[in-house]
Amino acid sequence: MDYDTLLQLLGSTLRLGTPLLLACLAGLFSERAGIFDIGLEGKMLMAAMTSAAVAALTGSVWVGLAAGIAGSLLMAAIHGIASITFRGNQLISGVALNFIASGITVLVAQSLFRQGGRTPPLAGDARFSPITLPFAEELQAVPVLGPLYHDVISGHPILVYVALLCVPATWWLLYRTRFGLRLRAVGENPAAVDTAGISVIAMRFAAVAITGVLCGLAGAYMSTALQAGFGREMTAGRGYIALAALIFAKWRPWQALGATMLFGFFQALALRPDVVQGVAGVKVPVSALDALPYILTVLVLAGFVGKAIPPRAGGEPYVKER
Amino acid sequence: MTLMKHLMGAAATLALTAGVAAAEPAIIFDLGGKFDKSFNEAAFNGAERWAKETGGTYKELEMQSEAQREQALRRLAEAGANPVVMTGFAFGDVLSKVAPDFPETKFAIIDMVVEQPNVKSVVFNEHEGSYLVGMMAALASKTGTVGFIGGMDIPLIRKFGCGYAQGVKAVNPDATVVLNMTGTTPAAWNDPVKGAELAKGQKAQGADVIYAAAGGTGVGVLQAAADEGILSIGVDSNQNYMHPGKVLTSMLKRVDNAVYEAFKEGEALTPGINVMGLANDGVGYAMDENNAPLVTPEMQATVDAAAEKIKSGEIVVHDYMADNTCPAATF
Repeated sequence: MDYDTLLQLLGSTLRLGTPLLLACLAGLFSERAGIFDIGLEGKMLMAAMTSAAVAALTGSVWVGLAAGIAGSLLMAAIHGIASITFRGNQLISGVALNFIASGITVLVAQSLFRQGGRTPPLAGDARFSPITLPFAEELQAVPVLGPLYHDVISGHPILVYVALLCVPATWWLLYRTRFGLRLRAVGENPAAVDTAGISVIAMRFAAVAITGVLCGLAGAYMSTALQAGFGREMTAGRGYIALAALIFAKWRPWQALGATMLFGFFQALALRPDVVQGVAGVKVPVSALDALPYILTVLVLAGFVGKAIPPRAGGEPYVKER
Repeated sequence: MTLMKHLMGAAATLALTAGVAAAEPAIIFDLGGKFDKSFNEAAFNGAERWAKETGGTYKELEMQSEAQREQALRRLAEAGANPVVMTGFAFGDVLSKVAPDFPETKFAIIDMVVEQPNVKSVVFNEHEGSYLVGMMAALASKTGTVGFIGGMDIPLIRKFGCGYAQGVKAVNPDATVVLNMTGTTPAAWNDPVKGAELAKGQKAQGADVIYAAAGGTGVGVLQAAADEGILSIGVDSNQNYMHPGKVLTSMLKRVDNAVYEAFKEGEALTPGINVMGLANDGVGYAMDENNAPLVTPEMQATVDAAAEKIKSGEIVVHDYMADNTCPAATF
């Protein structure tokens, strides 16, 4: 494997890892606050459809992005009302939302555009275009690091950089602010937070809303930056891989970056069986590479690679008085 | 006036349904949906063409889930629809179970062989059409490397890839064909993001023409190829218009003709296996104003000459599904 191939793989990793990263951070906020969210997939799908549809109708990708976030927030609100206000089962609510998203996105897209549940192809301002970072061209001549900067780090749509910036932002918010301390406490011991006079309900709704925004970014990135339009079920299970990454990262932001990029790298590798064959010397089945993220997650869950302890109050609706 | 027309229409329908020989044909679309820009949409166009030409009406049904197949078939057969046409290999098992229960009803299935006395099985020689677009790809390629991206890894899709690789090698024996499959689950038909990454990966390996036989995933392949400034080849329906000037051609599979013929035959549908190949216009490649600047007359002449040889039997394109091997490529 030569350096150019490695750069191509890393570029591919960043593109494929970004929606995972956003969805993983989204899940992190929700689960840290004690709300399990199986519905990341559905939120992303909803955001992908609304952002592509609105971008196609208005011709502006930014309006589309706002609509994508709004669509995802709507789903998050339903999840919140079902599982926080009405204390429903969080897993069931999440699964139900996934099914709703799978059907309603196609239905709405079909009734709007009559193109078989697709949105029309986006072009020009209706789509996020790659941005070249400063000095990318000038530094290209620098050996090793120049091409790395030019080919891998520069030249992505803005949402990729937003996603990367979300990692330190999440860390700071969770570990360096009062809001973050309370949010984590709500996921570990909501009764203690309640005793301190802070509304558990409000904290959890805030967390679920942040989840909605991040899933909105992830969905919009897929349909308006990576692709030029929405297609049926286009998230293709990425919400579930993000959940696996969240467990792998043990519910921590920096580790989430590592886990999602690792999973992204596996996905990129699975797309280049020729490279795998060249390095490993044997022909590795593509499906084995596809399954690697899940195998790793199971290993982590089984306690082989450290121990993954979920937030203690996760999955339990908070009841003020028992 | 319109009321009059309606009344007359109603009277005519009554008269027709009263007669024995006037059952409505029916069509069942597979999971991709009626407007999938490709396979099912072609079937729909065929049915519409029949309706327009004969003024007849037909029943239709779109599958929403796997579990509905048998119920849908039985319901249409019980309602007296004849013939019942269905698109997609996935109906195979169900049809072989249902067909014996309705011996008076004729069925037609596309893309699958079901051996029952009242079933017409329509299969396509996709390898022949793919061979032609493979030649086209090799003629248009400047790097000597071309790509193929399949959807779900099933023998039918390998048949596309194998025919394509043979066509490429026929023009340029030294050419490299990069073959990728999107996945091994049905999700592989609807993952444009992965399709786009595969296309970028193939470009990194030097491919400058990429043939996508991958359903909804192909939309991503065509998009990525257009973004990266290389050529792509569409499949099933004419997809040249999706990125004018960037799609070299499309491998046509005339599902519309198959449905049209089945409807036209009506209750007199001849059971048995019907192979639609180059010789009877079942497959082919698409030329229109969108790809005219990309295809030179010489290229077209070369491909057409090969098409004639395939029709006459002088060139035999190997069918992957015949023995699960491919002389020109390894999967």
